[in-house]
Amino acid sequence: MIHPLLTLPTLATAAAPALNGADTAWMMIATALVLVMTPGLAFFYGGLVRSKNALNTKMMSFAAMGFIGVLWALIGFSLAFSGDGKWIGNFAYLGLRHVGLAPHDPAHTIPFLLFMAYQTTFAIITPALISGAIVERMRFRTYLLFIALWSLLVYAPVAHWIWGGGWLSAGHGDVGVMDFAGGAVVHITAGVAALVAASLLGPRKDYSRQALLPHNVPFVLLGTGLLWLGWFGFNAGSALAANPQAVLAFVNSLLAPCAALVVWSLLDMFRGGRITAVGSATAIVVGLATITPAAGFVAPSSALIIGAIAAFPSYYAILYRAKTRLDDSLDVFSAHGLGGITGMLLVGVFCRASIGGVPIPGSTDGALMGHPDQLGRQALAVLVVGLYSGVATFVILKLVGLVMPLRATGRQEDRGLDIGLHGEEAYTTGEGALLLMEHERPVTTSANPAGPKPRNLVEA
Amino acid sequence: MKLIVAVIRPEKLNEVLKALYKAEVRGLSVSRIQGHGGETDEVETYRGTTVRMKLQEKVRLEIGVSEPFVDVAVNAILDAAHTGEIGDGKVFVLPVDHVYRIRNREADRAAVTPIPNPD
Repeated sequence: MIHPLLTLPTLATAAAPALNGADTAWMMIATALVLVMTPGLAFFYGGLVRSKNALNTKMMSFAAMGFIGVLWALIGFSLAFSGDGKWIGNFAYLGLRHVGLAPHDPAHTIPFLLFMAYQTTFAIITPALISGAIVERMRFRTYLLFIALWSLLVYAPVAHWIWGGGWLSAGHGDVGVMDFAGGAVVHITAGVAALVAASLLGPRKDYSRQALLPHNVPFVLLGTGLLWLGWFGFNAGSALAANPQAVLAFVNSLLAPCAALVVWSLLDMFRGGRITAVGSATAIVVGLATITPAAGFVAPSSALIIGAIAAFPSYYAILYRAKTRLDDSLDVFSAHGLGGITGMLLVGVFCRASIGGVPIPGSTDGALMGHPDQLGRQALAVLVVGLYSGVATFVILKLVGLVMPLRATGRQEDRGLDIGLHGEEAYTTGEGALLLMEHERPVTTSANPAGPKPRNLVEA
Repeated sequence: MKLIVAVIRPEKLNEVLKALYKAEVRGLSVSRIQGHGGETDEVETYRGTTVRMKLQEKVRLEIGVSEPFVDVAVNAILDAAHTGEIGDGKVFVLPVDHVYRIRNREADRAAVTPIPNPD
């Protein structure tokens, strides 16, 4: 079913909402900020793995910018944000048709095209988040196919349910779930998918046989800084305007990670006596993931409390997970999945219809204000979104596994995926490298599938 | 006394160390080196530059041992560093004239006898 308005090439007759320059300027910056989160994530994850897999791990994030960016512009955005279907959008915006420079929603004051660009950056980072669970062992081509399918079959529908007018969305939806910037749409979908992907792929060969340590903790801290910076665009930009709600989300995105960092440090101190750098980086990400669904709906004092609470489930889940055979290598579920769940539930507790006399759009009074019913809706969203992402991820990976191997070969895993799958090294002196002239270069296996296949040739 | 010099694959280092500790061979040096052991070269490409990597990452272990530990240590390395593919590495056993422990000037056999672990 196609929304009658959307079939018209121009919306000018239907009392077009006014464009606002300040809103448009802010949203362009916010879009750029969210995009830089993905390279930030690359550094965060890339520092946590061993040096022989540094490039492969970073490429899992970088490749998402290309492949998911294109796929989203062509199909994904339409599936998520067109029509008024309950479950999924339609093809009205296929290939960005009818995605123009005028505002689309009467409530928006920015070009529809900018809204699309902003959403693209979300679509890119969400599957990249999953990559942390399957680093150091997944075949790269398989990963690309997996995230492409996942983006269309998991991310796009869930984004439609909650943000695109689907059955869970506020306003026209049946349920009225509050998810300001993606606690469920981004963090629960990715976190649960990570859990499923890690268990379907199985642990790394060396997992629990030897210590698998981060090769560059300064990279982890650098990546965390970029993520936090970008997250201001992620959360404050979700107001879609330069307005009081954006400021609220901005301040909450500042305060919640601060509180998470302090509590995490204290937990570190009481447990081991020492405050750790990797722990602090993790705490900031957990604080950010947790405040994400609540950022535009709660008071700053509540953001401090939410950030502080957020540290507990993730901290203990990470300790517990390391003792199991579940190799969610970079604890995507513990950080993002649990962060998203905690945040989604706490929205129902702390949300306010107005703060300091200023009404908060899309918000309502939560359990603390005597209205526990929103908490129930939030819990339903957590369950449904988590379950859907888990089942769909399982099916996608099982199907992909029928067509191609999920994992790199054992030999590639031993030597490192950088050399094995990309034919590059992150840290090389260049010594012993013999320059090959054009005629000396080996024919790549993909161009010459029938030919002899020398063992050393690169195959991703 | 012998000096055992072993060149192994970096990804096998942890297993070799584990095997050596199990064999109660303690006291060794490890260095990251580059070497070539006849294996097929990796081809790498950086933009338009395609290279054949003649040297690969290897790890060199140097272990000074008294006679009773020579075979034990060598076997531990041979077992733990083995994959069966070209490029597994080599173990060299060299004669040693003298060894001195710097801390207390113990010499030769006393100098390579591990001291009891304080733990």
